[in-house]
Amino acid sequence: MKQVPDTEARLRINAQGSWIEEQDLPFVINGSDECALEEALQIAEKTSGEVVVVSLGPERTREALRKAYALGAGRAVHLADPAFGGGDPVSNGRALAAAMAKEGVDLILTGSQSDDLGYGTTASVLAGHLGWPHAWLVMGIEIEEGGQRARVTREMESGQNEIFTIGLPAVLEVQEGINQPRYASLRGIMQAKRKEIFEAALADLGLEPTEVGSAGARLEIVDVAFPESSGAAEMLEGSPEEMAQALVERLKTQARVL
Amino acid sequence: MAKTIWIVLQQRDGALHRGSFEAVAAGQKLASDLGGEAEAVLLGSNVGELAAEVATSDLARVWVADAPALETYTPGAYVATLAPAIGERAPDYVVFPHTYQTVDYIARLAQRLDATLLPEVISWEDGGEDLLWKRPILQGKLHGRVRVKSPGLVLLSVQSGAIGADQRIAGSAEISPLPGDPGSAAADREVIGVEAVGGEGVDLGTAERIVAVGRGVGGPEKIPPVEELAKALGAEIGASRPVIDNGWLPRERQIGSSGQTVAPKLYVAVGISGAIQHLVGMKASGCIVAINKDPSAPIFTVADYGLVGDLHEIVPAITKVLAGT
Repeated sequence: MKQVPDTEARLRINAQGSWIEEQDLPFVINGSDECALEEALQIAEKTSGEVVVVSLGPERTREALRKAYALGAGRAVHLADPAFGGGDPVSNGRALAAAMAKEGVDLILTGSQSDDLGYGTTASVLAGHLGWPHAWLVMGIEIEEGGQRARVTREMESGQNEIFTIGLPAVLEVQEGINQPRYASLRGIMQAKRKEIFEAALADLGLEPTEVGSAGARLEIVDVAFPESSGAAEMLEGSPEEMAQALVERLKTQARVL
Repeated sequence: MAKTIWIVLQQRDGALHRGSFEAVAAGQKLASDLGGEAEAVLLGSNVGELAAEVATSDLARVWVADAPALETYTPGAYVATLAPAIGERAPDYVVFPHTYQTVDYIARLAQRLDATLLPEVISWEDGGEDLLWKRPILQGKLHGRVRVKSPGLVLLSVQSGAIGADQRIAGSAEISPLPGDPGSAAADREVIGVEAVGGEGVDLGTAERIVAVGRGVGGPEKIPPVEELAKALGAEIGASRPVIDNGWLPRERQIGSSGQTVAPKLYVAVGISGAIQHLVGMKASGCIVAINKDPSAPIFTVADYGLVGDLHEIVPAITKVLAGT
């Protein structure tokens, strides 16, 4: 699970142009990760299992883990060591795999893509380290009787889904839309306040500083910018009525589509 | 030393994916920029005709792995086929179309080859000592320029529409079998079949006018005024993914990379910020009107007319003007 800027938030670029200004920015659980948590809670309810939530990120990540507790997670683990900072899919996948191996889980669910960096590959790297099969863009999971395999529905392009079975344990990267994540109950929120968030440091996971975070990353973000416009957009001004009038006129006389 | 660029194509059911020719164009451009040669790679079963189709491009070679084991895509079989061949021929870059299939397996491939993976590249430029790769971040609201820190092989996937298939340079290429034994590839999934999402559906691809609604509308109860605008324009209603995922409109109305690709004469985007997955599904539209409260929303980068403000005021105002004319 990853914590990311709220997709509705207005973004500003920092003074160095290296990243967005994070101060005063609202952070939430990544969209598809929230769906992964919901799917995990449903599977755990059916199988009398427990959901362990693992997240890598700075101090603010505790808020996301607290929310996961409120939603029903049984145990929350935070990879909070500053050495994990500034990673890419290669270094983060390695750190998360070490944490998962230590937890000893039977199934790993993640989101398909983060709403910030959007590499969409961290969980596949994690699966590779564990030597487990994986699937990206999962839209349906049914654990088969006996728990040896899962029947998976995977999104393809152009309005089609592919259906297959996959051996367990596996890493299933779910796509938004697989479910409607639940809301936390007041009771859940109150109970979550008392639960402990377990910190996993570099040494606990048997990793070297050079393997994780920015030191272990192969990619480096040099700078960020707002996309350049293709240049054509004419921005209409005025009150809603004036903009509406101007638009209809242009659609008739300039664009000739009315 | 001259660089070698590989381009891995995607095919299904006897046809090349539309991204395959874009990937060829991207690979040719990278080869030209770096001073090198581009070669294509095709995996499948009975894909001789498709290989011949690709061989009409300016490429040094088309490698083909043709085996029954590759009839249906699985990440296990694709990685097992590509990894040894890439290891043996040692290209410097391997270009993929950024599709739902390739992203499913290229991270595993990169890991097996100890290569660097750069997903969703839009463009690249000379950064002095090395190349700087541009890719969308924060759902396309920003672009980031990324540098590869480690030496060696780089795998990259090129975003749909970033480099047009029309930029592909025609020519003629020799066709050769891909090194290795594709027949031995082991599947890690047992594929059962394919199902259509959302049943019968609506073909938005033939609509002349579309009014599409995004998360910015706020909720299902706020959609009727947008439907009235669509009615006044004689337009079909479409939607971006979050609206569908929230159940505000049926999935058959979804426009974007996982829904329908449309190119109507008029496209009105209401409360759609313009994530890259949405833009690839509609940016070929004739005239694009964007209505959004955020002036920096990426939808304005593809729009012809932009209206910044409260859509709940602007949409009824447009309907009213249309009614009066």
